[in-house]
Amino acid sequence: MNDAVGKKNLKLARTLVLVAVAMFGFGYALVPLYDVLCEWKWIERDRPDDIKKVPEVAYKVDMDREISVEFMTILNESTSMEFHAEKKQLKVHPGQYYTVNFYAENKTDKEMQARAIASFSPAVISSYFEKIECFCFSEQTFKPRETKTLPMRFVINPEIPEQYKTITLSYTFFDNTEKSVKK
Amino acid sequence: MSAVVDEHDHHADDHHDHGPAKGLLRWITTTNHKDIGTLYLLFALAMFFVGGAMAMVIRAELFEPGLQFVDPAFFNSMTTMHALVMVFGAVMPAFVGLANWQIPLMIGAADMALPRMNNMSFWMLVAGVLLLASTLFMEGGAPNGGWTLYPPLVLQPITVGKALPFAIFSVHLLGISSIMGAINIIATIFNMRAPSMKLMDMPLFVWTWLITAFLLIAVMPVFAGAVTMLLTDKFFHTSFFNAAGGGDPVLYEHIFWFFGHPEVYIMILPTFGVASTIIPVFARKPLFGYASMVWATGSIAFLSFIVWAHHMFTVGLPLAGELYFMYATMVIAVPTGVKVFNWTATMWKGAMTFETPMLFSIAFVVLFTMGGFTGLMMSIAPSDFQYHDTYFIVAHFHYTLVPASVFILMAAGYFWLPKWTGHMYNEKIGQLHFWISVVSVNVLFFPQHFLGLAGMPRRIPDYAVQFADWNMISSVGGFIFGISQLLFLYIVIDTIRGGTGEKVSDEVWEDAAKHSLEWTLPTPLPYHTWTTPPSVVPTEHVLDSH
Repeated sequence: MNDAVGKKNLKLARTLVLVAVAMFGFGYALVPLYDVLCEWKWIERDRPDDIKKVPEVAYKVDMDREISVEFMTILNESTSMEFHAEKKQLKVHPGQYYTVNFYAENKTDKEMQARAIASFSPAVISSYFEKIECFCFSEQTFKPRETKTLPMRFVINPEIPEQYKTITLSYTFFDNTEKSVKK
Repeated sequence: MSAVVDEHDHHADDHHDHGPAKGLLRWITTTNHKDIGTLYLLFALAMFFVGGAMAMVIRAELFEPGLQFVDPAFFNSMTTMHALVMVFGAVMPAFVGLANWQIPLMIGAADMALPRMNNMSFWMLVAGVLLLASTLFMEGGAPNGGWTLYPPLVLQPITVGKALPFAIFSVHLLGISSIMGAINIIATIFNMRAPSMKLMDMPLFVWTWLITAFLLIAVMPVFAGAVTMLLTDKFFHTSFFNAAGGGDPVLYEHIFWFFGHPEVYIMILPTFGVASTIIPVFARKPLFGYASMVWATGSIAFLSFIVWAHHMFTVGLPLAGELYFMYATMVIAVPTGVKVFNWTATMWKGAMTFETPMLFSIAFVVLFTMGGFTGLMMSIAPSDFQYHDTYFIVAHFHYTLVPASVFILMAAGYFWLPKWTGHMYNEKIGQLHFWISVVSVNVLFFPQHFLGLAGMPRRIPDYAVQFADWNMISSVGGFIFGISQLLFLYIVIDTIRGGTGEKVSDEVWEDAAKHSLEWTLPTPLPYHTWTTPPSVVPTEHVLDSH
């Protein structure tokens, strides 16, 4: 092949390498892009950390309805803890405030940073489940062998559609001591 | 050797024909597009049998309910490795091999644009696949969380012995290898064409590969990024996909399928190109709707970037997302339908003969369409909740890969081997190979539709007894299909070593030279071809659009 074509080939190859490198960057750009898109109203993402702290307001309590709230406590396999809720199930009236205590014990001889992640079933009710206080809002520090009482105060918005009679709330504790944390 | 190569580079214009270098070193240091094409094709054939052996383990274990031969973790390694080996070791390299052989011949170029990089991409592929295969012998076994490598499963100690970083580096190598191959193909097609060949004169195989090469450059780096994030999550305390650190495992699925959907078209577009090359020759008619074929290929490639979430309808997408991805996916049926109609119209009233390459191509048109129909079924988001992660999806993608991509690769072998080697293959054994394959492949995969609709999950070593009968039939089909591929191996070796001994003309197939340039060259092909570009290019394949 003559020199002119050789030069053209190299030039095109260089451009295409740049495109490939840019696409590698694009893969990483999808990470913040994903967070931005998930904040869009119409996407209505139902993710646990959408349940943000809300101020306590007085609702009219709906004594006619009773919803069963179940609590599940899960430990990620690498988390050396004891973790349970004070009760497994609670019958609640929409509009009324309740506090449930959870107990967590650090079973190691080291200080532990742990984070509980909440998950709902059915996921769609998450916008009616309002938490005033929750240990899952932030990372918890446990001294060696420390047992903590972790309160969670919530109310179910009386506007919750009729068909929901049981809500399952699960918390998973992750040992975050060695992992970096965003917040 | 490098001195020889340099000399060749400088004197390529003076018609002086060097033969290949002597000895084994020829194959390691070669920069000749035909040698590299051969290396790719033989490597892919070897990997086809390695991946096939893994499939045999899977079908043996599923022959009846209960655990028979292997433990569940190894079974899961087999499903994971079977997929990775077949996708990255067999189908993709086989098409790169065809591209290496055929693109320069079809566009009148002396070689690929960047011959040394070509050699490097091949050997990087070998390194990548060996690295992947090495994980089979590691403590804890090969990766067994599925070829999609979803976190958090793939990051948990129970699914990753020591193998994960090796698998990830292997993916990096395979990715770099395919990107270099793609760059080479684009540069060859843009810069090395015979001066008289315009873009819309190019054979469809060249067009489909041009578009595929752009897909490769666009998405392989994204996949490399996703697996790098897995690597840093596991070993460097990042939290891209770690919920406890503020990450989200669903994000991985989005990034993976942003790569993954174009990836499945990377395996099917060159298939379309080969089918569009073979069918007109045996129908003795120009390809129907050349221009619409080019545009349909381009549209499919474009759509592949905006439909990825149909692989993840069940993750809890917002309603707007479910609807958008459902309708966008259905749109793909339009350009794909254009192609199927064009192939059928090409055969319509053609003077057809049914040599082995044509048989495989016709089977491809029929069976690929079936794979397409099940794809359309699954694009309907509400019904996909039923099909998701069952044997229905296994049946779907195997129909689009085995009797489509793999059949067309076989067809390409039968079609071009006589030209490449100068020897005719044994038509009787070829036909036998076809008929056993086409029957057994349906016995193998068709019952999996029933299993999936009845609710049998994929990636399980044991199953409920009501699935026993169809699994046994599927396994029997699998064993016959697997063993019958040895016929193909025999034919390839036999043809290289002399075949039937029949004299092969330059055209090989009747009037083939009207369709494409390679048939105007002498048979067997000399080591160097088109050192001066052809002055006139055949236009039979574009007659319809002019």
